[in-house]
Amino acid sequence: MFRATLKSLLARKLRLLLSGLAVVLGVMFVSGAFVLTDTLGRSFDAVFADAYEGVDVNVSAKPRLEVGDFEGEAVAAPVPAETVERIRGLAGVADATGIVAADGARLIGSNGKVVTSFGPPQIGANWVGVSDLVQLREGREPQAADEILVNAALAKAGRVAVGDRVGVLTLEPKQEFTIVGVFGYSGGRDSIGGVNEIMFTTPVAQQLMLGQGDAFTNVTVTAADGVTNDRLRDDIAAALGADFEVKTGAELSADAAATLKEGLSFFNRILLGFAAVALLVGTFLIINTFSIIVAQRTRELALMRAVGAGRRQIIGSVILESVAVGLLASVLGLGAGVGIGALLAYLFGNLSGGLDLAGIAVPPAAVIGAFGVGLIITVVAALLPALRASRIPPIAAMQDVATPDRPLTKITVAGAAVTSTGATLLFLGLGGHAGDNALITILGGVLFAFIGVALLTPMISRPVVGLLGGIFSWWMPGKLGRLNSGRNPRRTAITAAALMVGIALVTGVTVILDSAKSSISGLVQEKINAELVIAGAQTGPRPSTFDPAVLEQTAALPEVALVGGAYGDLAQVGDERTWVGANTNVSMLTQIFGARATAGDISRLGPDQMLISSDVAASRGLSVGSTVPVQLARAEAKTYTVSGIYEAAEFLDPITLPATAAQGFTIPQPMMGFIQLTPGAQAADVLPQVETLLADSPEVSVADQGAFVEQQTEPLDGLLRMIQILLMLAIVIAVLGIINTLALSVLERTRELGLLRAVGLGRAQTMGMITVEAVVISVFGALLGIAVGSGLGAAVVEALRDEGITDLVLPWADMGAMVGLGALVGVLAAVIPAVRAARIDVLGAIAHD
Amino acid sequence: MMGLPRRPRGTAWTKRREGEDVTATVGRQAQAAARASEVWKVYGSGEAQVIALRGVSCEFEQGRFTAIMGPSGSGKSTLMHCLAGLDSVTRGTVSIGETTVTGLGDAGLTKLRRDQVGFIFQQFNLLPTLTAKENILLPLSIAGRKPDQAWFDTVIETVGLRDRLGHRPAQLSGGQQQRVACARALVSRPQVIFADEPTGNLDSRAGAEVLKFLRNSVREHGQTIVMVTHDPTAAAYADRVVFLADGEIVSELIQPTAETVLDTMKKLDTQVEVGD
Ligand SMILES: Nc1ncnc2c1ncn2[C@@H]1O[C@H](COP(=O)(O)OP(=O)(O)O)[C@@H](O)[C@H]1O
Ligand SMILES: [Mg+2]
Repeated sequence: MFRATLKSLLARKLRLLLSGLAVVLGVMFVSGAFVLTDTLGRSFDAVFADAYEGVDVNVSAKPRLEVGDFEGEAVAAPVPAETVERIRGLAGVADATGIVAADGARLIGSNGKVVTSFGPPQIGANWVGVSDLVQLREGREPQAADEILVNAALAKAGRVAVGDRVGVLTLEPKQEFTIVGVFGYSGGRDSIGGVNEIMFTTPVAQQLMLGQGDAFTNVTVTAADGVTNDRLRDDIAAALGADFEVKTGAELSADAAATLKEGLSFFNRILLGFAAVALLVGTFLIINTFSIIVAQRTRELALMRAVGAGRRQIIGSVILESVAVGLLASVLGLGAGVGIGALLAYLFGNLSGGLDLAGIAVPPAAVIGAFGVGLIITVVAALLPALRASRIPPIAAMQDVATPDRPLTKITVAGAAVTSTGATLLFLGLGGHAGDNALITILGGVLFAFIGVALLTPMISRPVVGLLGGIFSWWMPGKLGRLNSGRNPRRTAITAAALMVGIALVTGVTVILDSAKSSISGLVQEKINAELVIAGAQTGPRPSTFDPAVLEQTAALPEVALVGGAYGDLAQVGDERTWVGANTNVSMLTQIFGARATAGDISRLGPDQMLISSDVAASRGLSVGSTVPVQLARAEAKTYTVSGIYEAAEFLDPITLPATAAQGFTIPQPMMGFIQLTPGAQAADVLPQVETLLADSPEVSVADQGAFVEQQTEPLDGLLRMIQILLMLAIVIAVLGIINTLALSVLERTRELGLLRAVGLGRAQTMGMITVEAVVISVFGALLGIAVGSGLGAAVVEALRDEGITDLVLPWADMGAMVGLGALVGVLAAVIPAVRAARIDVLGAIAHD
Repeated sequence: MMGLPRRPRGTAWTKRREGEDVTATVGRQAQAAARASEVWKVYGSGEAQVIALRGVSCEFEQGRFTAIMGPSGSGKSTLMHCLAGLDSVTRGTVSIGETTVTGLGDAGLTKLRRDQVGFIFQQFNLLPTLTAKENILLPLSIAGRKPDQAWFDTVIETVGLRDRLGHRPAQLSGGQQQRVACARALVSRPQVIFADEPTGNLDSRAGAEVLKFLRNSVREHGQTIVMVTHDPTAAAYADRVVFLADGEIVSELIQPTAETVLDTMKKLDTQVEVGD
């Protein structure tokens, strides 16, 4: 039995290879994800081990505001200068250095634009001299307040050099400095992990990065001889009390690396998403291939049964084939995955400004993932065909091969059941009934929906394929192609389903994004009563901000009626962490955002007062006169009194604090500005004037409402592009599937092709016939995908109605393009089978036994 | 061709029956519908070399029903395939009507098959996806030609399939399927119809129907038919029988009956036995 299986495998190697390829791709993404995260993780470890090399113990103050993992980085409270002195005086301390180092020092490069780091922080620090780690490469140390040093990576990225006068954005708006030196790091590195770094004199660093003098972000301590780091840590912690965090350098580096690795799980998820799509489509392909193989071998298998092979042996032989395919695919996929992982790690390292990559290794998870996924998918996919094979009666050996069309009732009922399961899951997940498992429930719903529709496809295929093919029926080869595509509904269906998945994903996402864009743009028009908006496209974790002085200068323009800037941050309000806002001008609430008071006075806001939305009032049981303690990131806790309540609406913060409170926000600069013009003033006239005023705030720009919406929805386009890459992947696999199906059809119909050629069908006509068959299948798949995708997209949009996505936009043009893409896919996939069909030797085909 | 082993010619095998002469038949008809001259067909090379046809020359007159007979492996199918342009000849020339088949490219051959030749195979003659009517009209549809309605009706009438036109092959009996195949071959009025054992898979009654139909289309409509068979009863429907043995024409009968065909076969059999 084993030998027979092996032989039949070899005889079908091309076909198995084609379907195996889909598994190879899936496995590649799975193992690639693990290799990538493993490599980057080890690289980060090395980076931080280096960065904290010379630190025995580090002391920092506990942050005032604890921040959750996904909410951003906590702002550590400043360590007073006298604490540094205290530490220095403790027993076992050889030396203690006060360090200022915080994210948010943004250099304006020689092109006038802010240099971005695409992820890694942009550190502003105080210069504390060269060390084992930091080396002065060029120039000298900073002495005057307007002198800075930059690291070599930043000098390169910003195209600046020693002697240049440059602008730097910090907690303060742009200030001018002279670069007096460039530094690098041990080992000749320009940057550690892609970080851009600017060094100021200590007082300047304190002012610009901390917002207060005579304080530090942390203190690095070196131990005296004979004192262990752990011992010293415990001693210092005991001496300083609970307000401080004391860690050894090793602990600190492990913590820092762990935070970054957390971020890596994002890449992991993307790659695993790719893998999921590849494997889902691949499963269809494998089921199809094995079904066809079994159908082709009906006689052979029946003969085996006739000469005494048992059912189990038949199942075993098919499963054995699938195991072989799965193993091979896993090995190839693992190899490709290591390659892809290494490539992505390399790209990532380069993009993030020169991360020194640790050597590529293959973690056990990659190997286990590869073989687990590859084998399981293949074997599970082959299970159904194997069962079918085992049901072939021995008598089939003596009968004509043509098996009658099996009725589609069972498969349709199953499809309906699975589809409704998917719909139910989607309903639960999107409707918010699944609680914490919403994402899993939604993903499960999508998966079930795909599988369910795939099962329903044979039933749907009859009328749809007939209708589609009708387009080609005026032409005899076209008509033949159409008829052929309707011959085996299951095969046609599963082939089309492979294409459906990718197209459905893109359609769904496009529906959601277009609906979101349209809704946002509608809301902006309806709810924001300002002709011009100052805002920036966010390029990293830090929002874009601008100099609040611009607001005053803008207000002075004669065409401008009202100007306001908006600040925002997370804060601890009472016992909950929520988003709070502050506006330079409290009249913005009513004038620009159309806020309506439900209680109290919202046109005024004293320094100790706060305004809240009706939602917050209801959920927290607050009313005018209630007092609430508020802890901001950079300020002492303070109690505010509710002085007014406004009706909750889009663009209105749940809680509005007075403008003075904004100085305690993590980023004490406005993120958006709104400009209302006087009647008759032209936005186009005012815009260039404001642009000039914004010259020193290169992170933002001024735009009319249309351009503002474009700018704000740009990140959505990035998401769409990523899904489109996914689509490409799914399409490649679907093309393999169509080629596979057609090649088999050509093989099965050799005699028919011979007959057709004998009665005068030309080569070009033969190719046309095969192409029509392919196009009908692929366009069917595209239509299915569009239908399923629109359904999924509409469901999500419906679920997001409460989030302000009220318009359902169906992207007709994109859908048309996707049908076109489907047709193209069909034509491409048909090439090889069509050429094969055209080359069929007429005589050989007829003589074919 | 130097390497081809040649059989001594002029042996008893090629002796013709008294009173008959192949060349004489040419005079009766103005023109041959198909012609083979000095056709050699060699398969493979070296050890595995098989010579299927050894310099066969033969003409098939218009409006005649010719049967090609011979023992299995004698080269009947090969000869037919070469005549029809389905297979290339190793040496010699083949022509259909005015067209020289030898040397035609794929496009030329396709056109020839489409316009000048009709086929009836032993089985698998029909496309399972098409109805009987569509199958009959297939060559015309492929060529993009309109059927001549009157002729179509005549053909359908003679084949007796009017009430089966909407059926698919799977819903037809073997005999009906072969009659559909016959109708398909006839409907485009080709120069010549080639039939390879058209009744080989049918019971005698269905076979007789098909054969009658073929004979009628020759008698009544002047169709030219060349049929390969090894069944003497089938051959008896033809106007003329050509006997092949070991790749050569060894005998010929005009206006055969089942008995005369059987006689000739027996004679040839004994000669082969003696010869070997
Ligand atoms: N494609 C081929 N390759 C090699 N030999 C062949 C091929 N086709 C036919 N032959 C050989 O040529 C001879 C004639 O075959 P064929 O014309 O099919 O005989 P018939 O139809 O009279 O039974 C036989 O010996 C056969 O084995
Ligand atoms: Mg034969």
